Amino acid sequence: MNLYDFIFYFFAALTIVSAFFVVTTKNIIYAAFNLLLTFFGVAGIYVLLGADFLAIVQLIIYVGGILILMLFGVMLTNKITNVQIKTEASFVIPASIGVGLFAGVLIAILLKTEWRNSPADIPISTLVPIGKLLMEEWAFVFILLGVLLLIALIGAASIARKE
Amino acid sequence: MIPIEYYLSLSAFMFIVGVVGVLTRRNAIIVFMSIELMLNSANLTLVAFSSYLGNPIGQIFVFFVMTVAAAEAAIGLAIIISLFRNKKTVNIDEINILKW
Repeated sequence: MNLYDFIFYFFAALTIVSAFFVVTTKNIIYAAFNLLLTFFGVAGIYVLLGADFLAIVQLIIYVGGILILMLFGVMLTNKITNVQIKTEASFVIPASIGVGLFAGVLIAILLKTEWRNSPADIPISTLVPIGKLLMEEWAFVFILLGVLLLIALIGAASIARKE
Repeated sequence: MIPIEYYLSLSAFMFIVGVVGVLTRRNAIIVFMSIELMLNSANLTLVAFSSYLGNPIGQIFVFFVMTVAAAEAAIGLAIIISLFRNKKTVNIDEINILKW
């Protein structure tokens, strides 16, 4: 087992264990911090796949932005002083039937398909090709997404404010 | 080298965990976190294919998905906070005024 494999297994185990705890733990704060570890593990796997730009973006947007928003959501919607933070699960049996069927389909597809197994040459950095694609071929979508973000921020502020 | 099936299995596992969270948990914020997990697993699949095919378009698409996920997080939390202000709960079983 070389170093590359070891790093993959490390980040994969981190992702799997923390993702499992996100949906099983009873405490929302623990779920939020386990989600942080999940995002971090996925960012590590992005680095391993040669997507350095996306790894940094993952850390900035998910860990730095979305997760902080969620912690604010937890803070604003739970009475921290009470034991309100605990939540329970329900509908376990129908959910497990549905999820079992879905997982069976996914695993069947995964095993049946002949995947192409020789990875392409991993580039030193993907910054230059991504920057060129964003500024030339996908410039319109890029600008459109900027407008979408602006609209979403205005909408979020107007939904969440007091009357 | 790691075969691509490993990345795809990891992503499938993350997606299934996300589905379990959405179906079984009753707290709106946990449901929200599970949706983020599913978005992340789809992103992981796209990056794995992009890397194994040597085509950066997949990474562009993941970048766009992340942008929309950020917008979705902002709007979703605003809705949850507004719901909490009106109904004093985030338990999705008790939020049923649209149920016929």
